[in-house]
Parts: sequence; structure tokens; C-alpha cells
Amino acid sequence: MAIATPPTPAAAERMELLGAMWEGRPGILGWFTTTDHKRIGLLYFWTTLVLFGAGGVEALLMRTQLARPDQHIVSPSTYDELFTLHGVTMIFFFIIPMTTGAFGNYLLPLMIGARDMAFPRMNALTYWIFLGSGIFLYISLALGMAPNAGWFDYVPLASRAYDPGRNIDFYCLAIIFNGLSSTLTAAQFIVTMFKSRAPGMSFNRMPLFCFAFLAASAGLLFALPLLTADTIFLFLDRNVGTHFFDVAHGGSAFLWQHLFWMFGHPEVYILIVPAFGIATEIIPAFTQRRVAAFPLVAIAELLVVFIGFGVWAHHMYATGLATITAVFFGAATAMVIIPSTIQVFAWCMTMILGTARFRTPLLFIAGFIFMFVMGGLTGIMFVAIPFDQTVTDTYFVIAHFHYIIFGAAVFPIFGGMYYWFPKVTGKMYFERPGQISFWVIFVGTNLLFFPMHIVGLLGMPRRNYTYPAGMGWEPYNMAETIGGFITAAGILMLFGNLVWSFFKGEDAPPDPWHGATLEWTTSSPPPPYNYAVIPKVSSAYANWDDEDRAEDREKLARGILVLQEGHEQVAITPVDGTIAEIVEMPHNSPWPVLLALSLFFVFGALVLQRFGVAGIFGICCLGALLGWHSKEPQEQ
Amino acid sequence: MLATAALLAAGCDEQQDSLAPRSHAAKDIASLFWWMMGISWFGIGLVVALIMLAWRRAHTKRGHSVKEGEQLAFRIVIGAGIVMPIALIAALFVISDILVIKTTQAPAADATRMTILVTGHQWWWQANYLGTTAVTANEIHIPVNTPVRVEVQTADVIHSFWVPRLNRTIDTMPGKRNAIELYADAVGRYRGQCDEFCGLQHAHMGFYVFADPPSVFRRWLARQEQPAKAPTGALAAQGAKLFQTSSCASCHAIRGTAASGDVGPDLTHVGSRTTLAALAIPNDPAHLARWISDSQSIKPGNQMPNMNLSTGQVQALTAYLEGLR
Repeated sequence: MAIATPPTPAAAERMELLGAMWEGRPGILGWFTTTDHKRIGLLYFWTTLVLFGAGGVEALLMRTQLARPDQHIVSPSTYDELFTLHGVTMIFFFIIPMTTGAFGNYLLPLMIGARDMAFPRMNALTYWIFLGSGIFLYISLALGMAPNAGWFDYVPLASRAYDPGRNIDFYCLAIIFNGLSSTLTAAQFIVTMFKSRAPGMSFNRMPLFCFAFLAASAGLLFALPLLTADTIFLFLDRNVGTHFFDVAHGGSAFLWQHLFWMFGHPEVYILIVPAFGIATEIIPAFTQRRVAAFPLVAIAELLVVFIGFGVWAHHMYATGLATITAVFFGAATAMVIIPSTIQVFAWCMTMILGTARFRTPLLFIAGFIFMFVMGGLTGIMFVAIPFDQTVTDTYFVIAHFHYIIFGAAVFPIFGGMYYWFPKVTGKMYFERPGQISFWVIFVGTNLLFFPMHIVGLLGMPRRNYTYPAGMGWEPYNMAETIGGFITAAGILMLFGNLVWSFFKGEDAPPDPWHGATLEWTTSSPPPPYNYAVIPKVSSAYANWDDEDRAEDREKLARGILVLQEGHEQVAITPVDGTIAEIVEMPHNSPWPVLLALSLFFVFGALVLQRFGVAGIFGICCLGALLGWHSKEPQEQ
Repeated sequence: MLATAALLAAGCDEQQDSLAPRSHAAKDIASLFWWMMGISWFGIGLVVALIMLAWRRAHTKRGHSVKEGEQLAFRIVIGAGIVMPIALIAALFVISDILVIKTTQAPAADATRMTILVTGHQWWWQANYLGTTAVTANEIHIPVNTPVRVEVQTADVIHSFWVPRLNRTIDTMPGKRNAIELYADAVGRYRGQCDEFCGLQHAHMGFYVFADPPSVFRRWLARQEQPAKAPTGALAAQGAKLFQTSSCASCHAIRGTAASGDVGPDLTHVGSRTTLAALAIPNDPAHLARWISDSQSIKPGNQMPNMNLSTGQVQALTAYLEGLR
């Protein structure tokens, strides 16, 4: 039973007290100063959605250009900007902030029974930095200086000699700026998961969703510094005259590629592991069965990111690596397949052994499993180095990683939007249009991406703004373009359904799916304090432990673990999950948004090579940090 | 992808079809792919069958515990999720990365009688026949059934040398000279293309490899080694003079004349080539004239400037260059 309705008048009074204490400021200002993880999650959600739209339009423009041979709808230089922005946007400004920023922020504290993130102000800062970096990137497009050397931005093409405009400076700085946000998010997710879980939730009782986000956060924390270093080197090469990548002066073009892919391959797992987490929530809810082989799945989620750090050079097979080096990375690439197959069969067995109800969220997960296996199997083909070396940089690779990134990351995101829609909005979505939107997207994406395998094998390289007739590529390209527009229509249907449901949908009960995890025990939408009483947890499927939930209601009636005396949350011991202390949580604050604003001007000045001005805004950043620190809650 | 096979068999254009191989290396790679694809369809079929099974069982089943059949699930996850992939991938690894990989490597420099040095430029290919004076651009001739060592380097950014029907791709890395084997077991013309994004005209950086019978190849090479012929006819002579006095000669070389620029392609035997501008246009007088007068409209961003030549001057240059066979 949910704890949404107060069991006694005394409990109602306690809940009112909590509500007053945790409620943010009203009005617009409240959104700027909020530290509530749910509000921050929603801000992330809306912002990433806008950027997703931009990335989607870029993709459709490219597909329109490539629908037929020798078309010149966009110029070569515009096309280069389109595919670069599409990649950068979808990876850094849509999937990562959508999974970690929106889903992670909104759901993680709820799932572990916390009232907020461990560092709420830092959490707010991550959003404002992210927003700033998104605006920063798209200003470059408005100025006609958008990054244009591809998302992996190889030197020397990206060096000042071959790309004299500001395009690549925007690329470097947008990546560094955005990376700040992701790094802070990752750090505070890890701390939150280690310290803020509900008492009783020992490490092994953490929902699989959390394991997935833990893996992704750890991956981000270790992978991003490599990219940051790489982009800083490139920025210095371009603006200060250093020679990190300048072969003529002893630098190395390999250095860029190694650092980039040491980040870039873990990044792929960082993109999809949170989606695995979403899948492992939706599957138990719609099969009413625990995830099969739970320990193996939890280990696999962590392992996939760990092994993912050892495979980067398979992106570089064609650069003339020594054969022994290539073979080593081929073996590592083979190993990374195992954690993925473990999960695929665990998901399938859960669906078979439970009672699968194929409502929209589970449809998207079934579609995800299909897409992931498709993309995974072509991924296995890259173990075969000579084959990889043949299709590298062709549309075969595009097909492979879109099956992974669209199929295995975005499908669960869509499924998750439907699944948690009632929890977040308090409304039910419309089921039939939801299922139709799934089928349209499923058919569209397969028509869009499957022919890319064929056209890649027929020798069509990627990143060509046009192609000649008579190569046997035309029918496939036309099919892909049609698929692209069908996919876009399906996505519009999906969001149309959600918007319509928001206004016209039925009111949602606290637990419409009989979901497995804690968030379904509280009201829809959750109150600002999440849980009126810090919940008791004795398994990874807390909402199915009816005795614990009854005990929570009992505690609320008697006022145990309500923490109504202050703006407080419990901190636990990281492994066993026993209460270590009660910590006072920070309140709303204007400092995160001010700090992010100062940083925005720092980066703006850097791109204009006004290093003095950047320094002045750097001092503003320090000022904001000082203000922030002076307002931190003091030890009582 | 069975549909793929049908379509391929139906005779689509095969110019860059990696599954229509014409060398031992490309054949090994293609059969590797067909095997992998077959096993992949088995994998996809297995997973789709499992999802369908879940769908069917949901209609017939009545009630279950939240841990229903956990032991069975564990066994299947270990068997199908760990043991099976390890076995399959180990086999794939041994076949592809220990055995097949050897066949795609370049022959050692002393194990072959011919080495071609290919240089990637934005956005065209230069080919020097090492040990001879022959230099050509975008159209590489090799003798059929002969292993040729190709060394690749770059004059600017990273390009990638790729003839899908003959072998895998190899990048031109700055400061490094990579090598690959070029071998064709049938006489013919094989299309290749730059496979690494290299800037504005990456899309127009194609090339041909012509595999000739040995006698034809020897004649071709001998002629390419010759310096340029003197122009025949008044118009061509006028063009030859114009070439030397205008800015043409500062970027292009014509062996046997004073022109020795190395920015653009060597034009000593340009008339013998079938295409221009890295396969962007065919090589005939009309296209060549258009290229000379306004190359930017054909291949925007290429490094040949518009020299504002009069129609007469363009005609003279065209006549001269077409005569350089």
C-alpha cells in the first residue's frame, strides 16, 4: 500500500510540516533557485528534448540531401556542420543529459528512498552548466561557425591550418563546458548512491536501475578527463601555438585518436547502460517477476563499463597499428560481448517466466532487445579485424551504432517516458496511441537503419555530402530517407500522446503498474519531500514487500523516522546501509545559476580569444563560489 | 540480409561492392562476413523466438511467484549468455584475427617486384611508381595476378585508401607510412574512394585501380615514364606556352617542361586518363574546359583557383592538355 494518503490526522499534520519545509520558492524564481532533484530532472528533460529536436532536424536534413544521388539541397560546408552537430548533440546534449540528467535526477533519489541528492546545489549547478553549454554550442550555428570536423574531430583536419575559423574552438569549449556538468553529475550520483540510500538498502538490495547508473557515473568520471585533456590540448594547439598534435614539430596525430577513443568507447557504454537500467525496471513491473539472475545482471552492468575501457583501439584498426596491438584489442572487444549477452538472456528469461503484459513501455523494451541484439551482432563482427578494416567509416558502421544508440539507448528512454509518465505527471497516458507510436517508430527506425548495412557493404563511405549515381546505392538511400521521416512521425506521435495525456488523461494512482521499486510507494507526482517517512527496505523489490510498506505507514502514524524537525535526510554506511547520521540538507540557492552564468561568459570570452576578459569572469566564478560557501549550512 | 543477397545477385552496380571480391584477401574477408551474417541471423532468430515465447506464455499462464523458475533462468543465462558466446567468439577470433588477418597484410618491400607510393591530398590521389619516373593521379594501374605493395602517406590530413573489391582500407597517417597489398585476380577497373573524412570534398575523392594484363601494363608504365610530348598543332602550342607563362605551372608539373609545381596533380600524361578531379567528371574536352574555366562550380572548395581565362585561352589549354597522352 502506498504511503500517499495519511493514515491518521497526526500523520497528515506531519506531512504538512514536511511539505512546508521542502517546498521550493513559488513562481519562475523558484525554478532558477531550486535544489529539488525532481524539478532539476524536469528542467533537464525539457532542455534535452529541445536539443533532441535540433539533432533530429539535422538528421532529417542530411537524409533529405542523401535521398537521391548528386543532390545539392545543402552545401558541402553546411553538410559537414550538420553531421558534426548531429553527433555532438545526440551524444553529449541529448542521451547523456536525458539519462543521467533527467531520468537519473528524477528517479535515483526516489528509488533509493532519499529526499534529495547528496549535494543538491551541485546538482542544480550541473543543470545550469549543461544549459549554458547547449546554448554555447548552438550560438556557433547561429554565427555560421558550427563545429565541422565530425564528432570525433580528427587532427590535423581540426587543426588551425586546415580549419581556420572558430568552428573547432566552439567544439573544444562546448565539450569541456558540457563535460563539467557530466563530471559533477557523475560524482554526486556516486556519493548519493553510496550515502543516501534508505536504511536497510544494503548494496546488494539496490535496484538494478541504480547499478546501471552507478556504472555509467563511474564510467563518466574516469572517461571524461581523457576527452577534456584532449580538447584542451587541441584548443591550446589552435590558440596558443603548442604542438601536441603537430607532427612537423614532434607532436602526434595518434595522440588525439588514442585519447579520444579511450574516452569514446567507454562513452558508448555510458550511453546505453542507463538504458539497461530503465529496461530492468520496466521488465519486472510488466511481468510481475524479479529480474532473472539478478547478481549476474548487476555484475554485468558494472563489468560492461569496466571492460569498455579496454577496447578503444578497435576504432583505430585502419590507422596502421601493429598487428599484435590490433589483435589484443580484438580480444578485448570479444570479451565485452559477454556482459551484454548475460543481460539479454536474463531479460528474455524474466519475460518468459513472468507474465508479460505488452503495454507500451514493455513494447519499447522488447523493441530495444531486438535492436540491441541487431546492433550487438554487427558489433561482434568488429572482433574480426580484417572485416572491421573493410567496413570502417562506411554506412555499415553507421547502421551498427545507430542500432545501438537509437535502438538500445533511445528506445528504453521512450519506454521509460511512458512508464514513469503517471508518476511524474499524476496522469495516465493513452495506451492505444502509445502502442501505435511504438510500432511507427519501430518500423521507421528499421527502415531507416537496416539498409545502411547493405549500402555500407556496397562501399558507401560515411560523411559524404553527396554520392554519384550508378553505384547501386540509390534504392537503399531512398528507403533510409523514407524511414527517417516515418521515425520522425512516430516520435511526434509519442510526444503528442504525452502532451494530450497530460491535459486530458485520467488521474494516475500512486502505483498503476504494481512496479517493483520504491518510487511507486509515494504519491503521483511525489511530494517535494518524496517520502513522509524514510522507507524500510529489505529487498531490491521494495514495493513488493507488503510488510515493510505497512511498517512505513505505522511509523508515519507514530512519527518515527519522519525527520520533521529540519530539512534533513539520513546518511548511511555505504555497504550495509545502516543509519550513520542525520544530515541537514541545503536549501534553495541562487549561487549555482550565477556560477554557471559566469562560466558561460568565461567560455564565451575564450572562444573569442579574449583571455583577459575570461580571467575577469573567472574571478566572478570565484565570487559565486564564495557566496555559495558562505550560505552552506553550518554545523550545529 | 537474405534480401540483400538476392538484390546483389540481381546485378546491382558492383563498383565498390566489398562482397564482390576480386582478390584472395577480399574473398577471405567476404566469406568471413557471410559466415558471421549466417550465425547472426541464428542469434536474432533465437532472441525473437524467446520474445514470442514470452508473448505466447502470457496468454496461457495463470499465476506465478516473483521468483518463478529462478534455477532454470540461471542455467539458461549462464549457458546461452556466457558459455555459448565464449565458444562462438573464440572461434571467430582465431579464424579472423589469427588466420585471415595475415592474408590482408602488405607483402614485405623485398618480397614484391613493385611498390607504389600513394599520397593523399585534399582531394585527390597521387601515385608514384617507385624505381621509375612514372607519376600519375587518381588512376592507378597494376598488373593482374601480381601482389603489389602500396605504401600510403599524406600531404595534409588523414585520408584512407580503400578499394573494397581488392582489400581492406588503410589510413594515411601524418608522419607515418602505412602499407597494404593490392592484388587483383581479374582484369578490370576497380573503384576506390577516400574512406576517412578529410574535409569539404571528401565525397569527391575517388580513384580507379586498373588491373591490366602484364604486357598492357608494361606498355602503360613505359609510356608514363616518358616526358611529355611536344604539342601538335597551333592551338595546342599556344596552350603549352600559356601553361608555362600563366599560374598553371606553379602548381602542376609536366615532366619535360619547366613546369614542376607539386600542389596539384602531375599532368605529364593527363590526356591518357579517363577521369578528372578524382573521378568527379569524365576526361573529355568539354569537361576539361569547364574544369579549367570554373573548377569551383564542379567541386566547391577544391584548391584550384579561378584564373579568369578567356574562352580562347581555355580552348588552347584544353587542346594542349588533351594531347598529353
